[in-house]
Amino acid sequence: MTKVFSGEMIRELIDDLEPESVVSTNNDSVHIKSESALKIFNELKNKENCQFDLLSSLTAVDYIDRFEMVYHLTSTVHNHSLVIKLICGEGRKEPKVSSVVSIWKGADLQEREVWDLMGITFENHPNLKRLLLWEEFPGHPLRKDYLR
Amino acid sequence: MSIRTEPVTMNVGPIHPSTHGVFRMRVTFDGEEIIDVEPVIGYLHRGSEKLAEERTYTQVVTLTDRMDYVASMTNNQSYILSVEKLAGITPSPRGVWLRMIASELQRIASHAVANGFLINDLGAWHTPLLYMLREREKILEMFEMLCGARITNSYLRPGGVFMDAPDQFWPALNRFLDEMPHRIDDIENLLSTNEIVLIRTQNVGVLKKDECLNASITGPVLRASGVDWDLRHKNPYDYYDQISFSRPLGEIGDNHDRFLVRIFEMRESLKILRQCIENIQPGPVRPKEVPFLVRPPKGDSYVPIESPKGELGFYLVSDGGVSPFRCHVRAPSFINLTLLREMVLGDKIADLFVTFGSLDVNMGEVDR
Repeated sequence: MTKVFSGEMIRELIDDLEPESVVSTNNDSVHIKSESALKIFNELKNKENCQFDLLSSLTAVDYIDRFEMVYHLTSTVHNHSLVIKLICGEGRKEPKVSSVVSIWKGADLQEREVWDLMGITFENHPNLKRLLLWEEFPGHPLRKDYLR
Repeated sequence: MSIRTEPVTMNVGPIHPSTHGVFRMRVTFDGEEIIDVEPVIGYLHRGSEKLAEERTYTQVVTLTDRMDYVASMTNNQSYILSVEKLAGITPSPRGVWLRMIASELQRIASHAVANGFLINDLGAWHTPLLYMLREREKILEMFEMLCGARITNSYLRPGGVFMDAPDQFWPALNRFLDEMPHRIDDIENLLSTNEIVLIRTQNVGVLKKDECLNASITGPVLRASGVDWDLRHKNPYDYYDQISFSRPLGEIGDNHDRFLVRIFEMRESLKILRQCIENIQPGPVRPKEVPFLVRPPKGDSYVPIESPKGELGFYLVSDGGVSPFRCHVRAPSFINLTLLREMVLGDKIADLFVTFGSLDVNMGEVDR
């Protein structure tokens, strides 16, 4: 059975790696500061007791007052998993986060999909183009303010 | 003496018999050699994730059928598990066993289609494919008995399934379990030692363990590269913790390993089906107290399952209403495409289709 980290456990884990980067703790996830995200992900992948080698899923949610990224990480070595969330920028204006493609190649297509449908910019992504829609498509359809 | 040749860029697809749907690859060739591939997708994009935000939780089940349309039952299962976790519903035991039977049958059907079309792409026109489709036909007939539909089943509901299996289902399933091992042996004897198949598939499209994991590739493709990662075993959902089965692993991670892993997994699925039949007890297939209009409390849930293509999960966010606030699909076919370019660089044109076929990509799930 995969050991699922509770919010409190994730906070303890991240406090060890990068103190004071956890913004808030929920039941089964934590929100982290987007500035320290890349460093934390790098540690989570490489540190001996973490080894989150599989990025299960990467997605974004439009909560109307903010955009949130959601990362589901799994370790095939230790068979444990955790959920990390982060808020992209302030409000709805130009949401932006750093790309994790340099850590997990599997984020490549998923980040392009999020850019395409949700309109979140990924800094340092090698090839941030639209994926499912065509280049001239107006707007980002999964946003809650997208009008049909 | 070396001759300088001009690279040629060509479109393969979107309408091409070997792309299994509407998939386009912008391929640059130098003579026969592939020097660049760029997958272009989105031809089947229907906006399922946006459509789900406008439908009730039960209505979304019909959308999930149309994602991976050769494995609808496992799509249903993944979505329903996520809804059950979100709403805190405990399913009926008989319903759970029935949906495990359905999803294992679906796995056999999906692997049969994957291997049949792979051999078809290799040039063994239609004979092995039709052998595979004949077996799949028996499974589709059983699905018709279960829920009245063959492909777009919508059989599962929060709490179990919507209808109990009719009396004629069990003899049909037993007959299938008796016959199918011989059919799998036939296909294995016919193809796995065939000289042409071996030359065309061995050491072609090799994926290393670490590359696979780093690119989030899951399912039979990951296991063919030698990583023992099967969610039915590592993180059992439904009643898979009461079932014993083995996970076939490949060594090299080439097209041949992926082909063999699927054949062996079909045998393991038959083993699981027999154990399900032993364990299933009479009873309700769905708890009466689960309302038709599910209204989960605020929160989110993600329950990954092992679909025939890999890790399939629905990330659902609820705002307390009757329809999901956000519904994201972690589609294995889509993510398994990540390394397509790296797999085929330097190979010949004809190998492109074999490697693509061995990934078992379903365009309905890639584009959603």
